[in-house]
Amino acid sequence: MITRRTLLKGAGNGAALAGSGLLAAARARSTPNAPSLDLSPLLPAGTRAQAALDSLPGKKPLIRLSSRPPNYETPLEYFRTAITPNDAFFVRYHLANIPDVDAKTWRLTIGGEGANGLVELDLDGLRALPQAEVVAVNQCSGNRRGLFQPHVPGVQWGYGAMGCARWKGARLKDILEKAGLKKEAIEVVFDGADEPVVDKTPDFIKSIPVWKALEETTLVAYEMNGEPLPHFNGFPARLVVPGWTGTYWMKHLTSIKAVTKPESGFWMSQAYRLPLGKFPVVSRFVSQETAVNTPITEVMVNSLITSVSSGGRLRISTPATIAGIAWDGGYGIQSVEVSVDGGESWRDAKLGEDLGRFAFRMFNYSFVPTAEGKHTVIARTTNKIGQTQPADLIQNPPGYNHNVMHSITLEVS
Amino acid sequence: MRNLTLTLFAALAATPAFAAEKQVELKRAPGVEKVEVNCAACHSLDYIPMNSPFLTPEKWDAEVTKMIRAMGAPIDDADAKVIADYLKANYGT
Repeated sequence: MITRRTLLKGAGNGAALAGSGLLAAARARSTPNAPSLDLSPLLPAGTRAQAALDSLPGKKPLIRLSSRPPNYETPLEYFRTAITPNDAFFVRYHLANIPDVDAKTWRLTIGGEGANGLVELDLDGLRALPQAEVVAVNQCSGNRRGLFQPHVPGVQWGYGAMGCARWKGARLKDILEKAGLKKEAIEVVFDGADEPVVDKTPDFIKSIPVWKALEETTLVAYEMNGEPLPHFNGFPARLVVPGWTGTYWMKHLTSIKAVTKPESGFWMSQAYRLPLGKFPVVSRFVSQETAVNTPITEVMVNSLITSVSSGGRLRISTPATIAGIAWDGGYGIQSVEVSVDGGESWRDAKLGEDLGRFAFRMFNYSFVPTAEGKHTVIARTTNKIGQTQPADLIQNPPGYNHNVMHSITLEVS
Repeated sequence: MRNLTLTLFAALAATPAFAAEKQVELKRAPGVEKVEVNCAACHSLDYIPMNSPFLTPEKWDAEVTKMIRAMGAPIDDADAKVIADYLKANYGT
């Protein structure tokens, strides 16, 4: 890792601090764990002007993009480990009526016309089912939307609408078995306790195909990193759909229905859709596809440099390390390459511990800067099925699947 | 909370559901009151500056239309025009 001696971290308002590296270093020493806003200059000006660090109850200061419903992203600092702490894990809601769910009165109903019966589980009943664990990345479909050029409307996320946790719960397939799945069932539909403010706003309801619901790793989780789920991450139980984007990971889960026709609500039929054929998708959601579009499904191969922010400094002839995280939709990380010369040449980074195919995989690359001036440092991940991050953004109207190679500029002096 | 009337929206806008919600000062310009009362009924007003200043007049129209048609905001045509005009003039490109 780059230490404070070799790196004076660039701050969000780079212009003000650029000539005052000592001040930045002094600040870093006095508050070693204080997160920084460090907003990307690529974000819309209006986002940059109003985003701020702010704490929700039970959370560390995160980057607030909206208050109601709460949309808060995780600062870069918390991505220096493969597991994202619960109190720094990002928060994303569509609807502003978010109840404080009482674990004692919470119930999960399992039924639907694609099930043989109707079953109700309380939290003890859920915990009594065989336990399963998975380390998996939960990434918002719109992570990095704010970096799209040209900009597209929506929550203007930077790099932090994601996190990786060890989820523990019951397998969805075991839960579905309690109600009995009919062979005609094609999708499983999920609802949570959060609701719209006005009746006419479509409730947030999502579905996944039966084959995905029956995967060993698809869970209804009641623990996150060994603790109960934080309120803002779906207490007391949420769906965990490793490999697929966060939109399917229903929080405050209250209802599971097996159905024999595609779910047709707004959040499936209109929202979270991508033009057909734009992305190299292996894992499809066929019953929801139309002639022109498809629901978003799997997480695209990606990486993020986390040891240093753009604008940081390195000392010439002094060993430095570029470190970060890599992830994909569950095929596994084959390699991470790092370029310190703007993409002219690439070297393999060292991969860290493998916490499972759905987890963040840490990487690091050490080198000795030999030339003064600006260096463009880029990371590029390839997964085990040969998918690689693109150099150019794959444009799409809703602003999903941003997985352009992460590029930062460092000053060597 | 599920059967709010427009009158209640106004009260809600003045007293957000989250005590800690940061008050967002929108630019003072014609139409701002209608924006505050209608938009803040369902979401904090930070969504507006966050989505600026890159939306064209057509795209701001599309956002207002989406809020009414898809999200069910009970806003009549006259108010929708005032709101869209305000957004285009103050937060558009």
